Amino acid sequence: MDSENQTITLAVRKLKERDPQAAAEVVSFRGETTIVVPRERLVGTAEFLKSDPELAFDFLSDITAVDRFPVEPRFEVNYHLTSLKNRARLRLKVKVTAKDAVIATVTTLWPTANWHEREIFDLMGVRFEGHPNLTRILMPDDWEGHPHRKDYPVEGYR
Amino acid sequence: MPTTVETATGQTKTMVLNMGPQHPSTHGVLRVILELDGEIVVKAEPIIGYLHTGIEKNCEKLTYSQCIPLTDRIDYLANLSNNLGYCLAVEKLAGIEIPKRAQYIRVLLTEITRIASHLVWLGTHAIDLGAMSVFLYCFREREEILKILERISGQRMMTSYFRIGGLALEPPPDYIEWISRFLDSFPGHIAEYEDLLTENPIWKIRTQGVGVLDPKVGIEMGVSGPSLRGSGVDYDVRKYFPYSSYEEFDFKVQTQTAGDVYARYQVRVAEMKESVKICRQAIAKIPAHGPFRAEARGILPPSREEMKTSIEGLIYHFKIWTEGFAPPPGEVYVPIESPRGELGFFIASDGSNKPYRVKARTPSFVNLQALPKLAVGRLIADVVACIGTIDIVLGEVDR
Repeated sequence: MDSENQTITLAVRKLKERDPQAAAEVVSFRGETTIVVPRERLVGTAEFLKSDPELAFDFLSDITAVDRFPVEPRFEVNYHLTSLKNRARLRLKVKVTAKDAVIATVTTLWPTANWHEREIFDLMGVRFEGHPNLTRILMPDDWEGHPHRKDYPVEGYR
Repeated sequence: MPTTVETATGQTKTMVLNMGPQHPSTHGVLRVILELDGEIVVKAEPIIGYLHTGIEKNCEKLTYSQCIPLTDRIDYLANLSNNLGYCLAVEKLAGIEIPKRAQYIRVLLTEITRIASHLVWLGTHAIDLGAMSVFLYCFREREEILKILERISGQRMMTSYFRIGGLALEPPPDYIEWISRFLDSFPGHIAEYEDLLTENPIWKIRTQGVGVLDPKVGIEMGVSGPSLRGSGVDYDVRKYFPYSSYEEFDFKVQTQTAGDVYARYQVRVAEMKESVKICRQAIAKIPAHGPFRAEARGILPPSREEMKTSIEGLIYHFKIWTEGFAPPPGEVYVPIESPRGELGFFIASDGSNKPYRVKARTPSFVNLQALPKLAVGRLIADVVACIGTIDIVLGEVDR
């Protein structure tokens, strides 16, 4: 646990040294650290965390979106990074508005992001710029709407 | 669409072949679009979503406890792992400390579930590749495990036995005896499977050198669990981020370096043996008496006795079973090692009695994405081996 905290502290310090605006907000809850990253700095930050030999956040566990409707910025996209070397986990969070729900893809860094981003596009309607194949993945291709949005009823539109 | 490819004998057109969604070797409803040059796979594209039931969306309309039966149905071969992952996430969110006795029983039962899940994998994988008798042997032992789970929880498969704060009910008095009896006989059964497969020349030809996964590619593709450990990466959540007192157990993470179907077979068989060891340690650790559920006033229902004897207990009993409880606003992500890999539950709370957002990071979904990496360049018959070796459960892929 201690080494995990050290890695996280080091990561936050290095990120702030590199680009003070990249780690705009650092939230700690129940021992988990979330770094809120501005949208345009996401790929750079992720690349740094992945390639820095000391931090080595090389395993992208998951990407998840949360819809905060009707609060703006409405969508939060969470990137769960794992450092296998340091046995540490870190969450990057990007917030985007409903009008401009576009984020740069991280498939260039982690091919695993491909399906995660497709799933978020399918269920939440957040677009990923530069994604090689941004199509629906769980819902049928001709489906209308994005079911995981909060303004989409659980029973669907009848 | 067919494309033109260059081969040794000149130009040729590829053929597109549709495999699934109804195909016995896809272990559910998986469709794979194969582009073939003769019998060689040039491109493989998995199409999923046929079993999407909106479990995550449904969770948003249920209280925290009501979500547990839904988690059983995500991965129906290792339902207790799913219960555990979800419960751990909610417990972390609410800040509940679980009694050691409940933690050890959880470890014991999830390891039993891991054995059951690996048995289904081994049986179906073997039958896919033509070894019929292994299938019958594996399901014989799995039946024993299901009987144990039925006696403990009342259900064979959709147990929902782990609840927020501990267990659903006190396990029956002689459950340790049943499990011990199974654990005594099981290593002999593993030897039976290994007799049939490990040195079997046909099995070796069908699996060795097939579906090789490079460890670097595996990490980049997010592959986890035995599928990654077959490539020599020792990532196991039980060791890397211990939960439910796994740090107190002595076990080895099984790895192989070849990265092929055979290596993953060896890893899973060795994991079953390790699970038996963990189960024995858990049995030695579990105290005979003690609470099976945490005490947390306002979050968890009071004990049966308190409910029957005190008015305050009765009030809390009704309050919590009707309204549930409200953890503080925040977000947690808790991974556990399911039989298939890193199973993570992300829960966002807005401070109400229902989860604001539940997301299951299911290992099958992520591992399946690596299928083209395994199958391209191999024969069609090897695609069956590749689907089997990543051990997917389509319910978990589509949720």
